[in-house]
Amino acid sequence: MEALIQQVVAGLANGGIYASMGLALVMIYQSTHHINFAQGEMAMFSTFIAWALLQAGWPYWGAFGATVLISFAGGLAIQRIILKPVEKAPVLTNVIVFIGLLVIFNSLAGWIFDHTIKPFPSPFPKFTGAGKLISGHDLGSIAVMLVVLALLYSFLRFTPAGLAMRAAAQNPESARLVGIRVSWMLGVGWGLSAAIGAVAGMMVAPVVYLDPNMMGGILLYGFAAALLGGIDNPWGAVIGGFIVGVLENLLGAYVIGTELKLTVALVLIVTFLTIKPNGLFGKAVVTRV
Amino acid sequence: MARLLEVRGLTAFYGETQALFGIDFDLEEGGITALLGANGAGKTTTLRALCGAVKMRGSVRFADQAIEGRATEDIARMGVAHVPDGRGTFSALTVEENLKLGAYTRRDRAGVAADMKRMYARFPRLKERRAQQAGTLSGGEQQMLAISRALMLRPRLLLLDEPSFGLAPLMVGEIFAILGEINREEGVSMLLVEQNASLALELAGHAYLLETGAIALSGPSAALRRDETVRKAYLGY
Repeated sequence: MEALIQQVVAGLANGGIYASMGLALVMIYQSTHHINFAQGEMAMFSTFIAWALLQAGWPYWGAFGATVLISFAGGLAIQRIILKPVEKAPVLTNVIVFIGLLVIFNSLAGWIFDHTIKPFPSPFPKFTGAGKLISGHDLGSIAVMLVVLALLYSFLRFTPAGLAMRAAAQNPESARLVGIRVSWMLGVGWGLSAAIGAVAGMMVAPVVYLDPNMMGGILLYGFAAALLGGIDNPWGAVIGGFIVGVLENLLGAYVIGTELKLTVALVLIVTFLTIKPNGLFGKAVVTRV
Repeated sequence: MARLLEVRGLTAFYGETQALFGIDFDLEEGGITALLGANGAGKTTTLRALCGAVKMRGSVRFADQAIEGRATEDIARMGVAHVPDGRGTFSALTVEENLKLGAYTRRDRAGVAADMKRMYARFPRLKERRAQQAGTLSGGEQQMLAISRALMLRPRLLLLDEPSFGLAPLMVGEIFAILGEINREEGVSMLLVEQNASLALELAGHAYLLETGAIALSGPSAALRRDETVRKAYLGY
């Protein structure tokens, strides 16, 4: 029984990270209706920036805050400079650009920061509470992630700018007719997503250690989380993330063995796309024909 | 009355295909002008060209400022509200969110709140459905929503693209009556694109007739209603 609880708790801890990745993906999807395949590598690169600041002597939360801001600006810049020319291009063109960004960020990180594995500090106290079930860092990351989610949800749901972003994503033509600067909305969407990704990267690095390939598997779990929860639903991404984390651990421990853990994520992705594309919590949008 | 809208030599293209061949027309402040014509005459294209949503050339002056070549969102911010064909509703958002978006560029929160109240008073059906997903509204209700959303901008000029399209005659009568009211009571000038010529000529003071991308006829509505060709081809008697 205790082993089971341990697996579940470990799954929840991982799930927090997957949820953050899923959240970043949903964020970009909500504002641009595109899936950003470079999300993981951007998050990894942001974490390297944080690492560099820490190496230069910055205090942890200062480096954290600066990294989030830099990532926001970077995401915005990428959208304005690289993605704007392909805004009206077919989906496939955009996908290729995202994959290109994925490769570029991965290589750039390796080139600038080299491929040796680096430790990354955790800002949370090292207690092993509840009988060694969950670590201080795990609790801390979940808390941080929930705060990010709450801020994001409030922004999208309750502020005029958030409403404008949702409108610009759903119907850019009509959004222009009411005076919304649609291009800038897309940029802000990317900025927010990059910032969320940076937070996720900084939360996962202490656990898996920092290297350019840190986020590869995690991105996949993030996809599974986002699809499970419904690609247009931030809450769904979070709940999806926890479910994926727990499922992965339980299935890995009791059913299929640890080597096929990543396969769980892939199977989930395919299953949901086939059977319930809107995910558990996504809304099927009704349109009159 | 001063000219609110002055259009000279407007041409428009869809890719390589030319859809408008140099049209001229004016709109007086406070008036309602109709743009009539059959399917494919270029009426919707004209409205799109005014809003910068389609490749165009020529001169368009709104409130004495040149707006040709400007971005759609900037033209909207100048006070031109466009109710597009197909209504352009944000179907996944609620009725109330749609209305809020209409007022997105305004800074006067009290004014926006007062205008929302007025829209709900004028269209009680929208008030009933304020939290409902806009895509689930009936055709007539979506048209009311589209017009209300455009009015939330407090525009000087309202562009309407076939407001009668797909609606039952009773509903169309209701909507046109309300348009007339809005024009009289709030002084909103309107450019009305319509296939339904008799309705449009009743509402508008002045009209232009478009045929394959060029203006074939123009004049006060009363004159057009009496014109032989218009009667036979567009009014059915």
